[in-house]
Amino acid sequence: MSPVADVFEIIRLSDQVWFLFATLAVVGGAGAAFSRNLVYSAFALLAALFGVAALFAWLSADYLAITQLIVYVGGILVLFLFAVMLTNRITEVEGSNPIVGYKPAAAVSLGVFGMLAYVAVSTDWKTLPVTSRFETTAPIGDMLLSTYLLPFEILSVVILGALVGAVVMARKEMKN
Amino acid sequence: MDQLAILQVGLKHFLFLAALLFALGTYTVLTRRNAVGVLIGVELVLNAANINLVAFSHYVTGGLAGHVFALFVIVIAAAEAAIALAIVLSIFQNFKTIDATKIDVMRN
Repeated sequence: MSPVADVFEIIRLSDQVWFLFATLAVVGGAGAAFSRNLVYSAFALLAALFGVAALFAWLSADYLAITQLIVYVGGILVLFLFAVMLTNRITEVEGSNPIVGYKPAAAVSLGVFGMLAYVAVSTDWKTLPVTSRFETTAPIGDMLLSTYLLPFEILSVVILGALVGAVVMARKEMKN
Repeated sequence: MDQLAILQVGLKHFLFLAALLFALGTYTVLTRRNAVGVLIGVELVLNAANINLVAFSHYVTGGLAGHVFALFVIVIAAAEAAIALAIVLSIFQNFKTIDATKIDVMRN
């Protein structure tokens, strides 16, 4: 048996799926970070958001995965694409996403990544024994209306104010 | 099988992945001149934080508190994106550009 097939027999199927989703998220993130075309950047962000939603589902956070898809992919990403199309002339889409000062930025982000990865790998995390899947949607609803009622209400007012403010700022001024 | 323990997914894999996404988001925020590009980087950073919240909730604390906080982060991200893109559109109407290095009327 070839070594490659051997490795695939040892890794559990769920872990193989995890690596697939993680690759999707990282490739999407890298595309969003390095693409010179803003439209490609936005679509790479779409791949990254799908990957993160799949990882939520992998962690049996089904409600969060669906929320991620509806709010991010259905809402925020469409908003980004609207903003791209409203602020760039179609002929200028090529090279519409120039970068500046990539050397210090690469140093900073590599430093941040090194520090976070070192902490993540070297710490002896006290993990729980693996639990079986359980329902999340109904308990989240209960928690939002009991333990986390105050932040939930504040957040409702915040997003209402934000959306009204966005409409006020984005509309064209009426000239008399 | 010890050398293959790295291939058995656990909390550290999620933290490593989130660190990678966070670094990519930081790089995007720092290098983009287009304001919409900067916002795409912010979304990557918020997603990395969300992965950490849900992974800790699953592997360390149990329960659903991490899920609820991730939900709050998603809502904040939606509000942030709406406000920021409205500001970008307003800037574009006034300056005819969204290059963050050229919007400097308040300099000097």
